[in-house]
Amino acid sequence: MANAARAYVDDKAKTPEIDYDAFVEMDSFNKLVKQKRGFLFTTTFLFMIAYILLPILAFTDALQAKAIGNITWVWIYSLSLFLMTIILCTLYVSRAQKFDKQAEAVIAEYQQKKGGR
Amino acid sequence: MNLVTIGFFVGIVGLTLLVTYIAAKRTSSASDFYTAGGGLTGWQNGLAIAGDYLSAAAFLGVSGAIALTGFDGFFFSVGYVVANLVLLYIVAEPMRNLGKYTLADMLTARFNEKRIRGIAATSTITIVILYMIAQLVGAGALIQMLFGIPYWTAVLIVGVMMTVYVLFGGMTATSWVQIIKACLLLFGTALISFLVFWKFDFNIMKMFDTAATVTEQGENFLIPGIKYTSTIDSVSMMIALVLGTAGLPHILMRFFTVKDAKTARKSITWTTWITAIFFSLTIFLGFGAAAFVGQAKILAANPGGNLAAPLLAEFLGGDVLLSFISAVAFATILAVVSGLVLTGASAISHDIYGEIMKNGKLTPKQQLVAARTGSISIAVLSILLALGAQTLNVSFLVSFAFCIGASANLPVILYTIYWKKFNSNGAIIAMATGLISCIILGALGPNVWNPEAGKAIFVGTPLVALSNPAIISVPLGFLAGWLGTILTQNKASEAKNAKIYNEIRVKANTGISVSDVSH
Repeated sequence: MANAARAYVDDKAKTPEIDYDAFVEMDSFNKLVKQKRGFLFTTTFLFMIAYILLPILAFTDALQAKAIGNITWVWIYSLSLFLMTIILCTLYVSRAQKFDKQAEAVIAEYQQKKGGR
Repeated sequence: MNLVTIGFFVGIVGLTLLVTYIAAKRTSSASDFYTAGGGLTGWQNGLAIAGDYLSAAAFLGVSGAIALTGFDGFFFSVGYVVANLVLLYIVAEPMRNLGKYTLADMLTARFNEKRIRGIAATSTITIVILYMIAQLVGAGALIQMLFGIPYWTAVLIVGVMMTVYVLFGGMTATSWVQIIKACLLLFGTALISFLVFWKFDFNIMKMFDTAATVTEQGENFLIPGIKYTSTIDSVSMMIALVLGTAGLPHILMRFFTVKDAKTARKSITWTTWITAIFFSLTIFLGFGAAAFVGQAKILAANPGGNLAAPLLAEFLGGDVLLSFISAVAFATILAVVSGLVLTGASAISHDIYGEIMKNGKLTPKQQLVAARTGSISIAVLSILLALGAQTLNVSFLVSFAFCIGASANLPVILYTIYWKKFNSNGAIIAMATGLISCIILGALGPNVWNPEAGKAIFVGTPLVALSNPAIISVPLGFLAGWLGTILTQNKASEAKNAKIYNEIRVKANTGISVSDVSH
């Protein structure tokens, strides 16, 4: 476990080995960041809208009306938010695996460029 | 206390102490102490995070709230579940890629300034203390009722246990106590829900039909409006829940206990499933308690409804199930306060003492001593505060903690990861604004002031009508960060800032580190 402590001390001395600016000049890296942000922000925006509609609609007839028997729509809406959470979580994991592969390719490209110099 | 109760109680204490003993042997560095050496696996960390979500407030509080106020109690459940998505989509992976032990580490990866570390540590300590007082006071009252021991003894027992776990076992012990508790709680909740559903002949329609007739509120039990009547108040509370979770330091710290972003992602997947299942089951607990225990009996036992779940357990399974659920509630409290002590210690010992006062020049051994000293100080301080706050109704302090997480921490976390122009002045102003606005607006609100004596801490009319001010303070935090940045930017610092942001962007998106390029 002493290694972990040493790695921490080393980290603090900044890491001159990686040329971060070179990454930012690479098209593949910028493409990855753009795609990732597009997906993350769009989805976040949508689920936040769906979520915040609950307390807004909860006090209107739309969700207070009965759906099946005595079960009102507000329960159904709430439980569909649970379902949405599970589905979006699964979606994230599958998208993130693609982003992982892209990121690996970006790092490989960077190393090749550095090695070629 | 009967023999069965003592048996479960001693069993849980013994098991957690055994875990602490094993963990203590593996805790030899600051990294082990604060983050379990980054060695937790996805499911372990996922269960531990779920354990942080499932505090006594969530287990006892939500089931009681549903039993007493019907749907209004279920609002919390929805907030906790959807909060997973905020963590997963925008916080978890960049946090793992950029941070080391604390929230301040992650922010100073971009702005290497002591004042940033200082204010981040202040926000962390404030949240930890507020959360801890609420948990300890609740714990004291609960244990007093469940086991019939005096309040101060109960607080001391919990206080000593949490200190022992953290002091000797660090994050490894804290995580495993949390994992054990999460499993016990899930099992207990599933068992009660099954028994409740059995009583309703496994018929959902029958369960809702009974709920619509069994309480005095009648069919209103199944729609919002018993506790919450104002749309804006509910929206504000829901914002605090969903955004605050992603800004709570004891949850953020858990992302440093895994080795990489992939494992952080796996952790949250586990947490999402567990919380979704658990909070769905709160419907069974709440409806079951309302139908079989009755609101009158629940209220008589505790005006806040906190004993609804234990009373339901007693009805369904007699003394044995009651004892089991009480022991689980005790484990829940222990696990959550231990995580809080550790987080508070990281801010005091690592951020303030190690990095700010000693410029990060402590030897590994000194770091460990500092971490343990910090844990003892935060534990003693919280125990004293909890003993002093016995007669106050402090459960609302948890919602203050969520509000600060959402208003002071989250805006700065998001700007740091995603906004190129963001600068350190903006970060300072955003955190200070979020923190101060939550405290001031909260202190003027209905939780602190009530015209009726005994309903809140002071007698008087609240100046702010919102019980949770997040709807004002969250936009204020974001606005302050933006204004603070654009009003103080200059050409010279901008170039340097842009260079550091390149590093942040590369690290956050690729997870690259020295080890990846050394071969």
